[in-house]
Amino acid sequence: MTERDVVIIGAGPAGLACATKLKEIGINDVLLIERERKLGGILNQCIHDGFGLHNFKETLTGPEYIERYLEKLYKLDVEILSDTMVVNLFPDKSMILSGPWGREKIRAKAVVLAMGCRERTAGAIWLAGTRPAGIYTAGVAQRLMNIDNYMVGNEVVILGSGDVGLIMARRLVLEGARVLMVLEKLPYSSGLPRNIVQCLEDYDIPLYLKTTVKKVYGKRRIEGVEYVRLDDEGKPIPGSEKFVKCDTLLLSVGLIPENELSREAGVALHPVTGGPIVNDTYQTNIEGIFAAGNVLHVHDLADMASMEGELVAEFAKKYLEGNLPKVDSWIDVKAGAGVRYVLPHKVSRKIDVNFLFRVSEPSRNRYIIVRDGNRIIKRRRVINLHPAVMENIRVKADEMKDASSLEVMVE
Amino acid sequence: MAPGGENVFDIGIVGGGVIGSAIAYELSRYNLKIAVFEKEPDVCFGTSGRNSGVLHAGFYYQPGSLKARLCVEGNKIMREWIRLLKVPFKATGKVLVAFDEEEVEELHKLKERGEANGVEGLEIIRENENVEKICPGVKGAIACMYSPATAIFSPYLLTIALAETAHYNGVKYFLNCEIRKVEKENGIFKLKDENGNKYECKWLINATGVHSADFSKMVGINDYRIYPCRGEYLLLDKILAPLLKMPIYPVPAKKVGGHLGVHLTPTPEGPILVGPSAEYIEDPEDYESTPEVMNKLYEEGYKLWPYFKRSDVIRTFSGIRAKPVPPGDTRFFDFVIKEEESIPRFINLIGIESPGLTAAPAIAKMVRGIIEKKEKLTPKENFEPRYLRGERFEELSEEEREKKAGEDPDWGEIICRCEKITRREIIEAIENPLGAKTLASIKFRTRAMMGRCQGGYCLPKIIEILEKEYGYKPEDFQLHKEGSWLFSGRMREND
Repeated sequence: MTERDVVIIGAGPAGLACATKLKEIGINDVLLIERERKLGGILNQCIHDGFGLHNFKETLTGPEYIERYLEKLYKLDVEILSDTMVVNLFPDKSMILSGPWGREKIRAKAVVLAMGCRERTAGAIWLAGTRPAGIYTAGVAQRLMNIDNYMVGNEVVILGSGDVGLIMARRLVLEGARVLMVLEKLPYSSGLPRNIVQCLEDYDIPLYLKTTVKKVYGKRRIEGVEYVRLDDEGKPIPGSEKFVKCDTLLLSVGLIPENELSREAGVALHPVTGGPIVNDTYQTNIEGIFAAGNVLHVHDLADMASMEGELVAEFAKKYLEGNLPKVDSWIDVKAGAGVRYVLPHKVSRKIDVNFLFRVSEPSRNRYIIVRDGNRIIKRRRVINLHPAVMENIRVKADEMKDASSLEVMVE
Repeated sequence: MAPGGENVFDIGIVGGGVIGSAIAYELSRYNLKIAVFEKEPDVCFGTSGRNSGVLHAGFYYQPGSLKARLCVEGNKIMREWIRLLKVPFKATGKVLVAFDEEEVEELHKLKERGEANGVEGLEIIRENENVEKICPGVKGAIACMYSPATAIFSPYLLTIALAETAHYNGVKYFLNCEIRKVEKENGIFKLKDENGNKYECKWLINATGVHSADFSKMVGINDYRIYPCRGEYLLLDKILAPLLKMPIYPVPAKKVGGHLGVHLTPTPEGPILVGPSAEYIEDPEDYESTPEVMNKLYEEGYKLWPYFKRSDVIRTFSGIRAKPVPPGDTRFFDFVIKEEESIPRFINLIGIESPGLTAAPAIAKMVRGIIEKKEKLTPKENFEPRYLRGERFEELSEEEREKKAGEDPDWGEIICRCEKITRREIIEAIENPLGAKTLASIKFRTRAMMGRCQGGYCLPKIIEILEKEYGYKPEDFQLHKEGSWLFSGRMREND
């Protein structure tokens, strides 16, 4: 069995950034594994722009963004195994690889999980009614249109206002389809505010909040949906049902970090993020297994996933060199009032930490607070908070060195 | 008997589900010209692909009934068929759990009935601790009946294997072929399908399931009625598989005629079924999922087995029972399997609801018996009873997988990540001997698109294979039934 220093699983924005960074900081034995032939992950099908604003200070399409990393990657001569799927990952960091070239078992000293996420499906949301053709998740439709050259339908209803769905609303209109409406069960959109403007408002596509699909009609191809308004508790309001004829229903109802391999390796997962529970070195409960990008928690920007990949590269290097801080007692980081989750989940108080978190609901003119019991460690005023936008707050090791617990909250 | 002509047959079986295909497989042992007419584009799109996949022991049914006899017999023959046909199977056993004394009493009655039917090994277990020992996770039950003869298997892979093996042995399958007209002239049945194609057969077998009363009427027998009864299911992520060792059933409800109640059933591949419900409906093909029933399934399933969350559901679906009794009628109705006196050589199969799947091999042999009374059946010398397909890749040892993948790139390339299905298996499914070509046909044959991402990863890859390797045009892609188109065209010409 071959032994490797670092194996990175997944060559999307997080994996690519991690691999290049590792090489740049002097780790030579790095293997980047990608199940597709092309590196870049889902960004290959994201032909819209808006990528790279943070990392390259310009707005790029998905493939252009990936190209930036690939140039570096090839220059640095990172070893790549594409067309290869990791089919099993074991707690001892060995794994079985499978590809057209064959099948092999290898072991790594350090593993970086960077497998991204997948979409929630019709079954996962208990979609009621029949099961005709023409129900696609937004990402699958995006791939079928942008890569495989297939038009998925003509008269479209979109359920859920996740970013992929919003982007696809615009895309479908540009390709001549009629996007009749976007339905969102929450009282606010779950997509980025900029996508609401650029993808819906600019194209006069109505967004109905507190509304959902009650029933799907059609035995062969979908023939329409019945939609219904929801009350403040999310229950359907009787009598508010309406029918709309359509031949396509796109689902943009959430993304789930893809942790089947992690789970097999014994990595503990967080109930809210769906990703691994990590400490401030982005290490999971299994020593030497790290996580970055959407496999850890769903990001709204690819740039942030890449930055996480680079950060993990630094920690993986330290891990290989035996230089991670020795920690006797970790303290837990809690999501407090108004916060849905906060990352990392455990801190050593020995290194500076940039806490990433998402709020539970939109609000204005608030304070983000990091506190230890009643003691406020950090406080920052914010104008706008939205669940679709990831927030962060930096805390220095010094500032939390005496803390016995940590809580991030909104007030 | 061997009439000439391309569309002239000794035996015409209408309906290619598990019953029609079991009969076709059984009869293909003999020198007979056999045709199966299936109105759907594949053989498991109806009830045969939409049920719990349980090999029943036979303790529910009235002693002396066809249901009891054919179930107990079918249970035995099926084990042999499953081996020959390489159908995923697990000898799990099953428990029925009782929560009060009245239900315990009912268990004793079931045990007695089962024993009268010849079911072996039934056992009533009283102490809570032992209930849990046999079936970990059952909480609050005061007793259970353990049935070691019950097992689980894949109902749609059985149907496919029966059909493909029957086909290999010379049975002609007509898919997308709905028989619309039947006439009997000079002792020969003349059939016409919806496109006006004509067929002739000497024997006509009605295996049309939920449509059996209507088909019977078309042939001239007005004695039957089928009341379609829908059963909805939730399908749970196979992550839970290690927690459920065997099917857990409640004590059957007396209210709905013979309904076994919402139960939890593992599938051999891992995902767990919760359901089915029982609801009489008008349209025999209304495979709807309804919010009320989905919630009820969750609540009742959770009561029996509190180990799953709403978010563990990866798919909801429903199947339809061919019930011969109307709503509210709790009388016992038996299977009808007979040659109709007024129309010689017309064999009717009516009301083949549960345990029809388990009984299928015994039903097939019974049908053969009926034919044998009037025809001399001569065994085919080169009959092949085995399903001639390769092993399932995931069932091989890692050494074998490595070897295969090293020899053939198509064994190495994983197309479906959730179920780990290789390109080779996808290709074999596409090149199936029946010529079924829908996405659902590939799904049923391989399990691709059946996992937790429901095709999110593999659907585009399968589309690509169909386009690049098989020259599919946008209009060729169908999800299941005719008209279930996937694409309205190309985005760009000649990309």
